[in-house]
Amino acid sequence: MAGILLNVNGSVLRVTAADDEPLLWVLRNRLGLTGTKYGCGEGQCGACTVLIDGRATRSCLTPAAAAVGAQITTIEGLEKSGALTPVQQAFLDEGALQCGYCTSGMILAASALLAEHVAPTDEQLAGAMNGNLCRCGTYPRIVAAIRRASDALVKKGPDYV
Amino acid sequence: MSDAALLAEASLHDIRDRIRAFELDRREFLRLCSGGLLVCLSGTGVAQESGRARQGHALPQDVSAWLHIDAAGKVTVFTGKVEVGQNIRTSLAQSVAEELRVPFDAISMIMGDTDLTPWDMGTFGSRSTPTMGPQLRTMAVAAREMLVEAAANQWSADPATLTAADGRVTNPKTGASLAYGDLTHGEKLTRTVSGDPPLTPASAWKIAGTAVPKAQGREFVTGKHQYPSDITRPGMLFGKVLRRTGFNATLVSVDASAAEKMPGVQVVRDGDFIGVVADNVWSAEQALAKIQAKWNVPAQISNAELFAALRKQGGSEPASSGGFEQALAGADVKLDQEYTVAYIAHAPLEPRAAVAEWEDGKLTVWTGTQRPFGVKDDLARAFRLSDDHVRVIMPDMGSGYGGKHTGECAVEAARLAKGAGKPVKLIWTREEEFTWAYFRPAGVMAMRGGAKRDGTLVAWQHHNINSGPSGLETPYAVPNPSVRYIEVNDPPLAQGSYRGLASTANHFARECAMDELAHGLNMDPLEFRTKNLTDPRLSAVFTAAAEKFGWGREKSTAQRGFGIAGGTEKGGYVAACAEVEMDAAKKVRIRRVVQAWESGAIVNPDGLRNQIMGAMVQAIGGALFEQVQFSGGQVQNAHFADYRLPRFRDTPQIEVVLIDRRDLPSAGAGETGIVALAPAVGNAIFAATGVRLRGMPMAAGTFSS
Repeated sequence: MAGILLNVNGSVLRVTAADDEPLLWVLRNRLGLTGTKYGCGEGQCGACTVLIDGRATRSCLTPAAAAVGAQITTIEGLEKSGALTPVQQAFLDEGALQCGYCTSGMILAASALLAEHVAPTDEQLAGAMNGNLCRCGTYPRIVAAIRRASDALVKKGPDYV
Repeated sequence: MSDAALLAEASLHDIRDRIRAFELDRREFLRLCSGGLLVCLSGTGVAQESGRARQGHALPQDVSAWLHIDAAGKVTVFTGKVEVGQNIRTSLAQSVAEELRVPFDAISMIMGDTDLTPWDMGTFGSRSTPTMGPQLRTMAVAAREMLVEAAANQWSADPATLTAADGRVTNPKTGASLAYGDLTHGEKLTRTVSGDPPLTPASAWKIAGTAVPKAQGREFVTGKHQYPSDITRPGMLFGKVLRRTGFNATLVSVDASAAEKMPGVQVVRDGDFIGVVADNVWSAEQALAKIQAKWNVPAQISNAELFAALRKQGGSEPASSGGFEQALAGADVKLDQEYTVAYIAHAPLEPRAAVAEWEDGKLTVWTGTQRPFGVKDDLARAFRLSDDHVRVIMPDMGSGYGGKHTGECAVEAARLAKGAGKPVKLIWTREEEFTWAYFRPAGVMAMRGGAKRDGTLVAWQHHNINSGPSGLETPYAVPNPSVRYIEVNDPPLAQGSYRGLASTANHFARECAMDELAHGLNMDPLEFRTKNLTDPRLSAVFTAAAEKFGWGREKSTAQRGFGIAGGTEKGGYVAACAEVEMDAAKKVRIRRVVQAWESGAIVNPDGLRNQIMGAMVQAIGGALFEQVQFSGGQVQNAHFADYRLPRFRDTPQIEVVLIDRRDLPSAGAGETGIVALAPAVGNAIFAATGVRLRGMPMAAGTFSS
C-alpha cells in the first residue's frame, strides 16, 4: 500500500492503495465515487468507463498507479453548477435508460466519442459504443440520445466536458 | 397470469412453503408518521394475488399496501413491489396521482423495504400493473374521499358538491379551498379500505396514460443513484467467498493459513462456507486467491448431452389422444418435428450484491432482489432469526429479468458480517453470477400438427419437456389440441424464473411450426395464421405489425428474408415482422423488426415502448447466440468475452406499434415483448435460405451472426 495522488474531477486527492489495485476499486471504495460501476472486471462491458485525459478508459483494467498525473473524469464530474452536459441531458430527454446501471459508462463513452467526432458517422458511433453493454436493450434510444447530444453540440460548440 | 401459472412460477422457488403472515406492528408505523392521513388497503375486495388460500397456505389477508399524506401534502405510497428497470416506480405513482388528484411530483414511493412496506410475494409474472396498480388506485380513491369528507365537515357542505383537483378540495359554490395537507393537519386520520370503489376510467385519465419521464431520472444520469452494490455502512468491510470448483462439489481439504497471515484480512468459516473479509476489496481478492482448497466434483453431463438427457428424463413420448391422431390422419399437410432451447443466463449488468449489518441481534441487508420478503425468509431461516429481527431493503437495482429471486448473496454477506463483527459488502463477480445464479430452463419441444389444403388447422400437438408451461396453449382454433408440459425431476443445471420464462421457447416452437405448415401448404404465413385465428386482439396486432412492416410487399430472396410470428402471454398481445440479411458466409444479420403490441389501457406509453424495445433487443441474444456451455460441473463460458450478449452492432432498426385499448384493463408489459422475435427471425431465415433452424440459439452452428 502506498500513497498516491490522483486528479479526479478537477481535485487532487491523496489515496492509499496497492500499486496494482484497479482504479475502479479506488474510485468506488476509497473515494466514494460509486457512479462508476463494476460489471465484469474484464473490460468487456464498459460499465466502469471513465475518462482519462479525455479518453474513454476501462477503470477495471487500469491500475490506479497508472492514472497518476492524468485527469480522471467520472460521471460525478460532468455536472457543473447544477447543469447537466448535453450528453446527460440527451439521455434524460430520450429516456435512454431502464435500470440505468450501464448509464454512467454509456454517457462517458459517448462524451469521449463526441469530443473526438462531434457529428460521428454511424460506423464511428457503433465502433465507439459497441464495447458498452446494456442488458436492458436500450441501444436504439442510446443512439438517439447520442445523436441528440451531437446536434446540441454542433449548435453550441464542443466545450462540454 | 393464471393462478396455475403463478403457482408454477412460485413453486420454482418454493414460495408456497415460505408464506407467512405479514407481522409489522402497525401502531409502531403510525407512531412514526407524525400525523396526517393513513389509508391501508385490506386484502379483500380488490382483485389481487394475496388473500387466496393455496395448497393449504393462506396468503396474508391483512394489508397489501398503504398510503400516507403528511401535513405538507406530501404523499408517500408503500408497496412491496420493486423497481428493477421496468419503470414500475413511475407508472404506479402515475396511477396514484391520477386517482388522488395530485401532481405526479407530489408522490413518493417506498418500495421493497420489509420493515416499511406490506408483505409482497415478489415482482415477477408481470403482476405489478394488473394487481398492484388497481390496489393502489383503490387506496388513492379512498384517501381522496376521506379528504373530501373532511372538507365537507369543516364547511358543513355536502361532499357530493365538492371537487378534488391538484392536491386541493374546493367548494365551487363558495370558492373555499383547502390543500390536502391542511385538511389532515394535526390529526391522525386512518382508515382501512376494502371493496371496489369506482376508479377513474382510462378514457378520463390525465396523468396515467401519459409519457411521464422516469422517476428520479436525473439521479441515474449523474451517478448519484445508489444501487445495492453502492451501499456503504460505517466500518464496512469487503467480502469474498470461496467457490466450489464445480456444481455439487464437496470439500475435501482446505488450507487458509496464508490468507489468515495477511494483514487486515480475516477468514470466516462456517462448515463448507469459507470466505474472507478485508477493509478493501483488493486485499480480499488477494486473500481469497491464497486459500488452497481441494474439492471433489462428481461426474456431470455437458451441454452436448443436454437434450438427450432431457428426452430421457422426460420419458417416452406419451400416446396422444385418439382424437388427435384421427384428426392428424385427415390432414393434407403434416408436421412432426422437434424443437429445442438451450440454457441461457440472465446476466444482469449489476451482479448479485448485498451489504449486511448486524446490530443488537438484528440483521439488516441491502440487496438486489425481486423478492425482498423471500430473501428475508431465507435470512431468517439461515440464521434462525424471528421475523422482527431481519430487515431487507431493496434499492432500485441494476436489473434482474427474473434472475434475482433468491437470497444466496444476502445470506453469504450476512454470514461474513456475523463472522467479522462488522458490516460486510459482497458483490458477486461476473464469473460467479454466470455460474452460481440459476438459468432459464433448457427444453425439448415435440411439435406435431396438420392442416387441410384450404389452410384450416385440424390437428395440433405441443409437448414441452422441462422448459415450462407458459405460452404452451395455442391461440389458433383447432379441435382437441394435445398440449403438455413434462417436468424433469433432476435437470442438469439450477434453473428458475426468467423474463417470459418458457413462453419464449414455446412461442418459438409454435410459431415456427405454424410457418412450416404454411410453407407446406404453399400459403402466405400471415394468411395461414389469420385464417385460424379467432381472437380479435391477436388478429389486431398481427394486422398492425404487417401493415407497418409492409408485409407481402416484397418477396424474400436468398439474401433477404421476411418472417412473421406472434402470440399472447400474461394478458399482452404481440406480433413481430422481421427482415434478415444473409451473406455468402451464412452470416445472419437482423436488419429490421416491427413489433405491434396491445396490453389494454396503456399507463405510460414511453415506459411501455422502452420495455418492448428492450425486450426485443434482449430477445436477439437468446434467438441467435446465447447459450450456457457447461461440462464437468462448470460453466465454460462464464465471461462476457465468451458468452455473447446483444450489443450495439447487433441491434436492428426497431419499430414498435402500440395499440391503446382504454376500454380494457392494463396488463403487465415487462415480459411478453420478448416472445415474438425469435420465431419471426427463424421464419425469415427459412424464407431466405430454405433452412429451418429448430434450436435456439439459431446462429450457433451452420449459421453465425
